[in-house]
Order: sequence, then structure tokens, then C-alpha cells
Amino acid sequence: MKNGVAITGMGITSALGYGIEANYNSLILNNHGLSFPEILNTKHLNLPVGEIKKSNVELQNELQLTGGHSYTRAALLAISAVKEAIAIANLNKEQLTKTGLISGSSVGGIDATEEFYNEYESSSENRRFIRAQHPGFTTSKIGEYFQINGYTTTISTACSSGANAIMMGARLIRSGKLERVIVGGTDCLTKFTLNGFNSLKILSENFCKPFDDHRDGLNLGEGAAFLVLEADHLLQGKKVLGRISGYGNSNDAFHQTASSETGEGAFLAMEKALQISALQASDIDYINAHGTATKNNDLSESVAIKRMFGENIPAFSSTKTFTGHTLAAAGALEAVFSILSLQNDKQFANLNFSEAMLETKLVPVTSVRSVRMQHILSNSFGFGGNCTSLIFSKNG
Amino acid sequence: MGRSIFINGFSGISAQTEEALFNNEPLVYTSNIFHAVPANYKEIVPAMALRRMSKAIKMGITAAKNALLEANVNLPDAIITATGEGCKHDTEKFLETVLEQKEELLAPTSFIQSTHNTVGGQIALNLNCTGYNLTYTQEDISLESAFIDAMLLLEEDLDVNAVLVGSVDEVSPKITSFSYLNNFLKKEEIQNLELFDQNSAGTITSEGAFFFVLSAEKKINSDVEIVAISTFKEKDAINISREIHKFLVTNNCLVEDLDIVLLGKNGDRNQDVIYEILEKGLFLNSNVLVYKHLVGDFNTVTGFAIWLACKIFKNNYIPNVLKLNTVSSQNPKLALLYNLSQDNTTHSLILVQKV
Repeated sequence: MKNGVAITGMGITSALGYGIEANYNSLILNNHGLSFPEILNTKHLNLPVGEIKKSNVELQNELQLTGGHSYTRAALLAISAVKEAIAIANLNKEQLTKTGLISGSSVGGIDATEEFYNEYESSSENRRFIRAQHPGFTTSKIGEYFQINGYTTTISTACSSGANAIMMGARLIRSGKLERVIVGGTDCLTKFTLNGFNSLKILSENFCKPFDDHRDGLNLGEGAAFLVLEADHLLQGKKVLGRISGYGNSNDAFHQTASSETGEGAFLAMEKALQISALQASDIDYINAHGTATKNNDLSESVAIKRMFGENIPAFSSTKTFTGHTLAAAGALEAVFSILSLQNDKQFANLNFSEAMLETKLVPVTSVRSVRMQHILSNSFGFGGNCTSLIFSKNG
Repeated sequence: MGRSIFINGFSGISAQTEEALFNNEPLVYTSNIFHAVPANYKEIVPAMALRRMSKAIKMGITAAKNALLEANVNLPDAIITATGEGCKHDTEKFLETVLEQKEELLAPTSFIQSTHNTVGGQIALNLNCTGYNLTYTQEDISLESAFIDAMLLLEEDLDVNAVLVGSVDEVSPKITSFSYLNNFLKKEEIQNLELFDQNSAGTITSEGAFFFVLSAEKKINSDVEIVAISTFKEKDAINISREIHKFLVTNNCLVEDLDIVLLGKNGDRNQDVIYEILEKGLFLNSNVLVYKHLVGDFNTVTGFAIWLACKIFKNNYIPNVLKLNTVSSQNPKLALLYNLSQDNTTHSLILVQKV
């Protein structure tokens, strides 16, 4: 793809902090954001999480929302990230009314459902949250807050949702269907997901160790990240943070939750992304890997990376060691991290790594380092065999 | 405009059957929540697998495979699904267990099957399809979003021959019943065919799966062309008419050219006001049809409307039960489908044409 699609704004809220600067500072100082649940009302206090240490009331007060609203936590987190992205892209109200919004979310507002499920029938107090369970509602609320009136939709493909939202936005810009679109993802910690992943026995009681031979599961996280994408004719000298030069989506078609041994879906997604970008595998300087730290994902992803890159495997790391796995938001958070990598020529650390896995012997970047880079590949894979790869490039 | 896009196969599972509708003997329900008529699940899915599946997965896989069979496509290039409220049954089951068992001793099966892309993933697994696979969920324009993606895919990649696009929404015992509490459903139980005689708040609901095989290639079995799909946000009724007019002009036609107009009127007093402005204005001389008294209202009900338009074209017959006025059309060829979201903010327009 010639030139790629311009990114003119970005914003993020994660366990590393509020905003681009806080997140970047944590990344270059190797300060991870993992902790134990304090805000989430769960009994699994032994499970590390990438939790944002603000209650819904605090988040709501910061946005000056009064009582009686139906913004759930995922919407509140998203609004702060979108706000930052809009400010950086310098969009005004008039422009926003014609802007599109594509968000990825897997849990939507199910945190409200689990809180009020047993009281909806007896009390009318919180019934405004009944519809809020559904991810589309979360996106509608984000749009409503900013009065974004362009094409608005939600992609829900589990852990690749945010990456798919970015891909769809890039395709709409590239085809000329939209001129400007805000894309990204949001998910908050919920009892539903924490217990779901726990019932699958893939949560670690330790800080996660992606790509390590002794990896023993993932840590869940929460967060939101959004990008502003604009067609070239709108730029007129505007600062471009980076470009989306490739994207690919494929299905592993192997198992509802597990990835195949051959990494077929992941391989096909990376291959497609390279094909769209018209780049060679050797042009990729760094991979922000999916790297959840489950036995299954990391092996499958490593095999796919080896198939794709042969002997010349680019530097790679999983930033989930900093944020936890933020599910639908992961691809969006990691898109922001990839752009930060490009802007600062920094490869971030895959923390907690000590020993390469026997099967593939791949060694990730273990401490932050400075390398001149032009193109970064970011992987996001999800339940249902969903595999997505995005390629981010420096502008020009 | 890009390539012409055809529906080369389609299949729907809903609370009505083709036979019942086209024989003018629509199925009657007396609860505001009703279920889909079971389809040929056993012919499509092995009995063992069927037992583990929620209704959403069963309906989705069956409708998808029926559509592919009709289109004579073994392996689509892409699978794009839509659902407003996801795999609600499994979501509800897992959530209730988490709450009842206080986060202890949970089995993962219903969690695994609770994600919105379960049906899309299961279809891919069933077909061993490694192609593009996406799931949209945007309340009442979920299916429209899937169609917009599918049509873009066919436009941007000339190697893409067949895209499977469709929707699933299911009824679940508890979460669907919450719709009585937030005024989505009518408080009093009604008989579905009397939906438009109530003059009360709320509507009725059911479930269904609707799948379509899209292709840029015109085949013998191409019955319908999808001319355009668009969504927009608007609150002012005058502007709604203006937007519809604009949409038609963009697609080289006028209201007078429409043989049928399928309205998503749902019997809710507040929504009906908006539809009536269109009925008495823009569509005064059009053959206006309605369908939500047959299957109720749910996020992906426009799948039923598209299915219905396809059947009308194919059978060259308009069942009387759909008619809202006395305007008739002999040989219907061009249909506009208009639907308003439950919160009255978002509008969907779909233009389909008989091939």
C-alpha cells in the first residue's frame, strides 16, 4: 500500500497510567502496571491484574458526568483515551460530527449486568443499564459523549477486536468511504472475564512471562486506546504520528479457544498484512507480539513467526508484561505502543523472561533498547480462531 | 459505484416459515417473547455437536450452511457475522453460575461459547475456512455493518468471489425478559398479529438467523442484487425524509421507482409516530409493507426483512399479511428497507433489486 493511512491522533488509558506520556515513561523505565485487584469486586485477590486504580465514581467525576447516566466502566475508560486522541489530532466539534467511530469491545458493559443482575426485577433504580450490557451500546455512548455522528460500529472478535477496528478504519479511509475515523478498543476488568479465563485455567498467579519456557498463563488487564485516522487530503501540513501500512485478518479454523500447532491463522494474517503493505518480511524491524504467556498462544505464535520470517526473525516482545492482557483493547493499546516505538526508535522489554522455550528457542527483547526502525508488525489473536496483524510505519 | 453485488444464496430461520407466510397463514404467538421455528439442524450438524450448542450457534451454522448450499459455494472467501446481543444464552448461564457459586468451581464451556464471534468462529471451524472472519455488534445496525464490510471486501479485492454474511440473535430466559423492565417490550401480553392495533409503548421480540452469500459474479441462481446499504444518525423527522431521498438519488432512483417499501415499524407508540410521518409523506403513494408483527423486533431483525424481500422477488408474490396500505405492485423489482433503531437515533437503509 503506497503511503499507508495517516494517524494524526492517539490516546490511551491503561494500568501504566493516563495518557501517552505516562504510558511511554513506564515503558522506557521498565515499570510494569500489574498489581492485585482493588477496584474489581472479586474474591480472586491472588491473581495479578493490570488494573486502573480509579473507581467508576472517580472516573465519572473527572468527566464531570452527573448521576443517572448509563456510561459503564469501558465507556468511561474509552472517553478519556478518545479525548486525548482528539486533542492531539486537533479536531473541532464540527469535524467530529462527520467523523466515524469504530470500537472493539468484548465485554461491553457486562460489569453493570453482573452488579445489578439480581436487582433489576425488584428495583427500577438501575434499569437504564440493562441495554448497557451490549458492546454496541458502549460505543454509542462514546459517540454520544463527543457528538460523533459519522458511521459508528463495533467489532467484537474477542481479543483481536481492537486490532480489527483499526484495520476496518484503515480500509474505510483507503477506499474513500470515510475521510476521518476514530478507531480503537476498550475493555474493563469484570468478574465475568476474570472467572472465565480462570475456569479455563490459563491465568497465572505470577506476573506473566511471555515466550518463556516456564510461562504459566496470562494476567488480565483493562484499558482503552484510540487512534485518529485521516485521509491524506485532510492533512494540510498536520503532524502525522505514523501510518498504517498493512493489515491482515485470518481464521485459524482449528479450535474455539486454542491456537493450532502450526500457527496457521497467525501466519496467514501476517502474510496478508505484508502483502497489503507491499513490504518484504525483511522490512519488519520489530514485532509487538500478541504474547499472552499461555503455553498454547506463545508456542503457536512463535511457530508462525518462524514460518513467516525464517532465519531472520525480527526483534520482538510482548508488552502484556506491562499492561496485562486487555482483551478487546489489547490490539489498540499495542498499536499506540507500536507508534511510540517508531516515534522514539525504542523496542520495549518483554519483562520476566529468563529461558527460551525448548520448541522454538526464540528470545525476545528483554530490556528496552534504541534501534532505528521504519516498520513494526503488531499481532492480535482471539477466541474463535481470530487472527489479526497490523503493520505500522514511520511517516515518509 | 463499484461492482454490482448479488445474493447468490440465502437462508433464514425465524419465528415464521416461508410456507406459513406465503400461504397467508402466519404463525400466531400470544407472548411478547417468542421463539424461532426449529430448522433442519440435524441435517446440518452432527447430533453429538448439536447437544453442546446454544440456539444461537445452531441457528447460525444451519442458516449459514443452507445459504452456502443454495449458492453452491463450498468454501467462502470470508465470513462476516453480526449479532446485537451475542451468545446471550451462554453469557447468561456463565454469569448466573459466577454469581450463584460465588466465583468458585466454574466450568468453562459456557464462557468459551459466550463471545460475540462464537458463531463466526464455529462456522469457520465447521467449513475449515481460514479466510477473513469478522463479527459486528452495533445494536440495530449490526447486520448493516457486516454488509458494509462484505461489500467493501468485494470491491477492494477482485480475488474475493464469495462472502458469507449473516446475523444471529437469540432469546435467553433472563436477559431477554429484562426487556419487560426497560420498556422495550409491551407490559401487556399481546397476540403478535395485533401489534399495530395497540397504541401503547413497547414492542414484541423473537430471534433468528439470516445468512446471505454475496458475490460480484452474476450466476443462474442470482435472484437479487444488493444495490446499497447505508446508515445515518438523525433525530429530526424532516431530515430523515431528506436523507432517504438523498440515498435514493445517490443510487439513481426516486421514491416513485420503488415497488415496495419495507418499514421496520414495531408497534411502539413513540416509534410509530416517526414511521407514520414517512407513511403519510415520502411514502404516501408507495406500496408499504411491515413485518415486525410476524417476528417482533430485535437488533438483527433487518436480516428477516432482507430475507423477506428476496422471497418476494423469488416467488413474485407479496403476502397480504405484510400490507399496510392498498397500493399494489404487480411485478415487484425494487425494494427499499427502512429501519429505525430502538433508541430512535440511528437509521438503516437497504436497497435491493430483483435480477
